[in-house]
Amino acid sequence: MTVTSSPPRDTDAHYKVWDVAGYADVPRETKARLFEQVKGDLRFGDYLYGCYECGICVGACPSAKFYDFSPRRIAQAAAREDVDLIYQQMQEDIWDCSQCFSCVRCPRGNNPGGIVTIMREVAVRNGLASAKEALVGYTRIIYKIMSTGTQVSPDMLSKDSFPDWGPETADVADNLDLWRRALPPETMHTTTTGWSVAESTLIELYLIWMETGALDMIAEVDPGLHTILLELMEERLEEAGFEV
Amino acid sequence: MTIPVEALRRAKAAEEPVADRRALDDPRAELLELERQGELIVQKIDREAISVMTKYGREKRIQKSHLWHHKSCGQCGHIPGYSTSIFWLMRKLGYDYHDPHDQTSCTGWNYYASATSNPAAQAAVAVRNFAAAYETGYFPLIHCGTSYGHYKDVREELIRHPELRAQVRAVMAKLGKPLVLPEEIVHYSEWVHALRHEIAAKRVRDVSGIVVSVHPACHYHKVVPGDAIYDPDIYGGQRTAVVTGLVEALGATVHDYSTWFDCCGFGFRHILVQRDFSRSFATLRKIEVMKEEANPDVVLTHDTGCVTTLDKSQFAAMAHGRNVGLPVMSDAQFAALALGAHPYRVCQLHWHSADYRPLLEKMGIDWEKAWAEFQSDLRRLESGEKRYLDWDDADGLNDDSGPH
Ligand code: SF4
Ligand code: SF4
Repeated sequence: MTVTSSPPRDTDAHYKVWDVAGYADVPRETKARLFEQVKGDLRFGDYLYGCYECGICVGACPSAKFYDFSPRRIAQAAAREDVDLIYQQMQEDIWDCSQCFSCVRCPRGNNPGGIVTIMREVAVRNGLASAKEALVGYTRIIYKIMSTGTQVSPDMLSKDSFPDWGPETADVADNLDLWRRALPPETMHTTTTGWSVAESTLIELYLIWMETGALDMIAEVDPGLHTILLELMEERLEEAGFEV
Repeated sequence: MTIPVEALRRAKAAEEPVADRRALDDPRAELLELERQGELIVQKIDREAISVMTKYGREKRIQKSHLWHHKSCGQCGHIPGYSTSIFWLMRKLGYDYHDPHDQTSCTGWNYYASATSNPAAQAAVAVRNFAAAYETGYFPLIHCGTSYGHYKDVREELIRHPELRAQVRAVMAKLGKPLVLPEEIVHYSEWVHALRHEIAAKRVRDVSGIVVSVHPACHYHKVVPGDAIYDPDIYGGQRTAVVTGLVEALGATVHDYSTWFDCCGFGFRHILVQRDFSRSFATLRKIEVMKEEANPDVVLTHDTGCVTTLDKSQFAAMAHGRNVGLPVMSDAQFAALALGAHPYRVCQLHWHSADYRPLLEKMGIDWEKAWAEFQSDLRRLESGEKRYLDWDDADGLNDDSGPH
């Protein structure tokens, strides 16, 4: 299907109010280019076959119960190649998804959550405002996983970060080092990483981030973090005798 | 229109059926075929194994011993008893294992939260860990539901896409490692399920009065769903058998509830930076429904994210006067308690938030005495007598509290 002009937004019921989240519109070519990247992902053909419009995915979707979000709309917009709606979803919807994959109940064999994963990746790679906004407050976690190989370290469980988790979480924070030393497995005595990861393992992980372009993706959404990670990894790789 | 018209036209022209590619019928067979073609190496099951059935009837073999434990980053600060209980059960049954330093997280949590990665990176991280296991000769056992689901997804992508295999093979070559995948991707709760009768035979605490509700972890049974374990004798084969099968083998009672298919509310990014969603979903769609419909003594699940979300979300809901207040733990923690494990030294329940003490009392466990024993352990650490506790300490062999 070739669409030559933008749809009449204020009369087309399937569009949300265009500027509901305050994102500026962009030229149609930009939207088409972004969708080409989504469609070009090697998983796209495994995740989308069409749509019966049955709504089973919506019934199963936790995010649809909480947000103005619908996996059916995701699958249908992708199947129709509706680049306007897809762009709007990339700016307003995709970060609501819980990535639980309840929607693979789809009788058509679709994976709307998987399409969201691809759309998010494209949003990050292109530095879309929604991606930057979604990752505010998340920077230290990207730093942790990329630099240490474990995602959430015990010492991140501070009272300030998790006040809603109750006084037991404060007990954990107060006794952290002692309680970690009381764990029987010797790999788990750590507080700054989930478990103790070998130095050689980290070097291999850094090579993976650099060789696969995963590190480059950070540059679009957080240049400062990218610089910090790049310097850290280059230094460690050079020390280990790798040419960077 | 991209889909399905082009695919249908192509299939029509070639007089071929349109494949439903949501899951491969037999990923093991596909891996072995790729190995035959020299594309990759398959790490084989090489010790005694138990056969179980997957959703659509494929046989899956679960190796009993000599296992390489792929830990979960979700255990780290939140619920370390999740991991320690798995290790303890394996020791109790006398099966050897390896707890590696040469292991990274699958990084799936970050990927599903932030999408700051790509298929090649995710596959390379998975294969690097599998190669690390292969080098030791121990067979991988995956602790985390998300790692398990994510690795199965990665396996499907690697099988389907030669260009991805080539890319990952090139990265692995730089690391001096082969492209290797295990014959089966096995979650620890599958090992627990397969060995549930051996586990139950060692039960020392009566759990027949305990009512359990089960939360099946999304990334266990929804991601590559055909590969999860089902059993016609459990829920009539209509729902995954893991966790429930263990509870029944131990002699406790499972009470069902209507929102069993709903997720826990973890959401990956939500649990970290948008917890209003996680808290609301965990309490309104799960814990409250369980209380109203099933009124269990404990909620059991088999993923670190689910334990964390269901456990930690209850405090704020309680402040709003909601009908919550259920202890949450893993199947392995519950099994360890039933087999006599110490609630603090082994099961690490002091890291949990929802009140588990009424459950312990119902199981006949004197938690005040157990807490005093653990406090005396901590004093030994504080005094410098020991730097760390070990498995003998956990089993009460180094003080007068005796084996548990
Ligand atoms: S993966 Fe996303 S779209 Fe699919 S059911 Fe879960 S929250 Fe909904
Ligand atoms: S379940 Fe599948 S076929 Fe039904 S509405 Fe959702 S995407 Fe469409």
